[in-house]
Amino acid sequence: MSSPAATPPLVHRESHKDYEGSKLGMWLFLFTEIILFGGLFILYSAYRARYPLEFHEAGQHLNVVIGVANTIILLTSSLTVAFAITAIQKGARTICLCCLSATIVLGAAFLVNKYIEWSGEIGHGLYPNSPVLMQRPHGDQIFFGLYYSMTGLHGLHVFAGIAVLSIMLGLVAGKRITSADFSKLENGGLYWHLVDVIWIFLLPLFYLAA
Amino acid sequence: MSYLTEGGRKGIRSWILSTDHKRIGILYLATMVFLFFIAVTIGVLMRIEQLTTGHPLFAPQTYNAFFTVHGVIMIFMFVLPGLPAVFGNFFLPIMLGAKDVSFPRLNLMSWYFFIAGASIVVASLFTGKGPPDTGWTFYAPFSLETGTNVSLGVFGAFVLGLSSILTGLNFITTIHRLRAPGMTWHRMPLFAWSVYGTAWIQVLATPIIGITLLLVIAERVFGIGVFDPAKGGDPVLYQHLFWIYSHPAVYIMILPAMGAITEIIPTFAHKTIFGYRAIAYSSLAIAFLGSLVWGHHMFTSGMSEMANLIFSLLTFIVAVPSAIKVFNWTATLHKGSIEVKPPMLFALTFIFLFAIGGLTGLMQGALAINVQVHDTYFIVGHFHYVMFGGTGMGFFAALLYWFPKMFGKTYNQKIAVLAWVPIFIGFNMLYFGMLVLGYMGMPRRYFTHLPQYHTGQIIASIGGFILAAGLVMFFANLIVALFKGKKAEQNPWGGVTLEWQISTPPPLENFSVIPEIKDRPYVFNPEATR
Repeated sequence: MSSPAATPPLVHRESHKDYEGSKLGMWLFLFTEIILFGGLFILYSAYRARYPLEFHEAGQHLNVVIGVANTIILLTSSLTVAFAITAIQKGARTICLCCLSATIVLGAAFLVNKYIEWSGEIGHGLYPNSPVLMQRPHGDQIFFGLYYSMTGLHGLHVFAGIAVLSIMLGLVAGKRITSADFSKLENGGLYWHLVDVIWIFLLPLFYLAA
Repeated sequence: MSYLTEGGRKGIRSWILSTDHKRIGILYLATMVFLFFIAVTIGVLMRIEQLTTGHPLFAPQTYNAFFTVHGVIMIFMFVLPGLPAVFGNFFLPIMLGAKDVSFPRLNLMSWYFFIAGASIVVASLFTGKGPPDTGWTFYAPFSLETGTNVSLGVFGAFVLGLSSILTGLNFITTIHRLRAPGMTWHRMPLFAWSVYGTAWIQVLATPIIGITLLLVIAERVFGIGVFDPAKGGDPVLYQHLFWIYSHPAVYIMILPAMGAITEIIPTFAHKTIFGYRAIAYSSLAIAFLGSLVWGHHMFTSGMSEMANLIFSLLTFIVAVPSAIKVFNWTATLHKGSIEVKPPMLFALTFIFLFAIGGLTGLMQGALAINVQVHDTYFIVGHFHYVMFGGTGMGFFAALLYWFPKMFGKTYNQKIAVLAWVPIFIGFNMLYFGMLVLGYMGMPRRYFTHLPQYHTGQIIASIGGFILAAGLVMFFANLIVALFKGKKAEQNPWGGVTLEWQISTPPPLENFSVIPEIKDRPYVFNPEATR
């Protein structure tokens, strides 16, 4: 370039941060996540219409207590992540770090509960292709197939969310996310809320189906 | 100084670590041309197989692998990402008057996902118990039962889908956020409009195939049973989920090609585009209506008669916005001073072949004909007219149109025209032959054929070989130009969109000063229109 004022590309990009754009991109990504689960919800509704009695019966084998406990845990974690964002906006870095850590701990607690719950069910022989399940009616087999697919995929998302928030924690601690520039944390929070919202739908469809 | 030389950037690292949208576009182009020729080679092998009856050259199982791999590579790695990833990446930001896409690093990451997905699919050919043999549609329950390496192949397609989603997300954000000052929605070039419609389909439809493919893997690994009739699952639901994505996906393939044609036609007719808004909104109408017609792939699957009728009606309706585009292109040509240079030749070929593809598509929208020609060569002929005659020719036209701008080199126009001759003749022998064979009853995906189809198969095969020779000639010409071509001018065709107003090849950040847009695009003679 002939112009003497040519700046290195990196500086150029830094000076053009587009918060609206990054938020738009994040929302589009969240749409794709909802549609990813949407495919499973379509299957759920088709099979529930086909096997209403079996779904009712199979739902009784799930542990409602753990399901509800996990709901409370996830809702609380959404609250703490929202606190974390408000905290960083007001420049309260320590509070933000505490709230983010709390969110991560709650997410981990959710996964521990999930582990206990799945182990219980697998202990009863209720897993895809198991001899116990193969003896049961078709509707039960589909119910558990969907149950493991949907809560499993959701569990992976919780895991991914924890990873994302851990990175955010590092960025806040390293002052890369500040009260002047917190869109990354906001987008990370949005992702966590999505994980929460999907669970809100899974709870009634499986645990309260009975 | 151009993006190819600026800052002394050389060597492989300056390419594979570059976040410059132009370099990423070239990376896609190089990868895709390579993959395209692998798939063409497999296609030629299939045509060799059909030269004989009774004594096949390749074993039937090999033939199953051929049509599966040919389909997977062509669909997921060439036709589907082709125009958006190559020309969308290279020209969308320039046409909008922007310095790059919204998320340049994500853009590079998308290319890595593309490479990873392609590598996984290729790996599935050589590992496990043989290459996938399901056809590119991976229909359950066969895809759940076959012993071949379906899980890995399907996972590769999933990763390619991820790449497609991230590209679409990037383009939507770019179009919303980075248009130059003064570029209102109705001053945006129509290629950008078509990329916009495409990007929405990529974002909204691709996750459905993502989850469907993951479920196929879960079925094969854990036996969850949702598509397995032995466990109460329903394979028809697999078909629904598959086509909820894969029908809109054909519009991911064709829309950007239509966009490129819309750029080329006014340039070589030296005349403003006819029906700007109709073309712009028909892109969105195609994107919307195209997501409601997936059931027309399943008329013989045992859906209800009512569902069949509704999907048939919607299929006829989706032809309307496509026809709107064709009429507007021809109206643009009307009274234009038409110059048939190589890009224009391929653009006109696009219209001709796409019209045949579209009309045979309408035939299949009618329920009675659909049942008659279901799973025959007629289908194969039809979708090659649309996908190859449409998207493929659109890709070639776009490549010829923008090649001088992209690389700063001119190619030999005479050889480009000469290459068109075998491509056009071979194409029609092969695929019109298939239409006829299919109407006579030749089923698709059979490794051999009955004697009554023999003459037709021979004609189609010879056409296939002529076509392949033409393709080699076409690309050889461009590769020679890359090394030995003369320096290209800034605006060799007399185009008026923004990419022709910057130097050739474009500078690193496209514009030293972001342009201000004061008028609609495609104004060829500003004084005369005032």
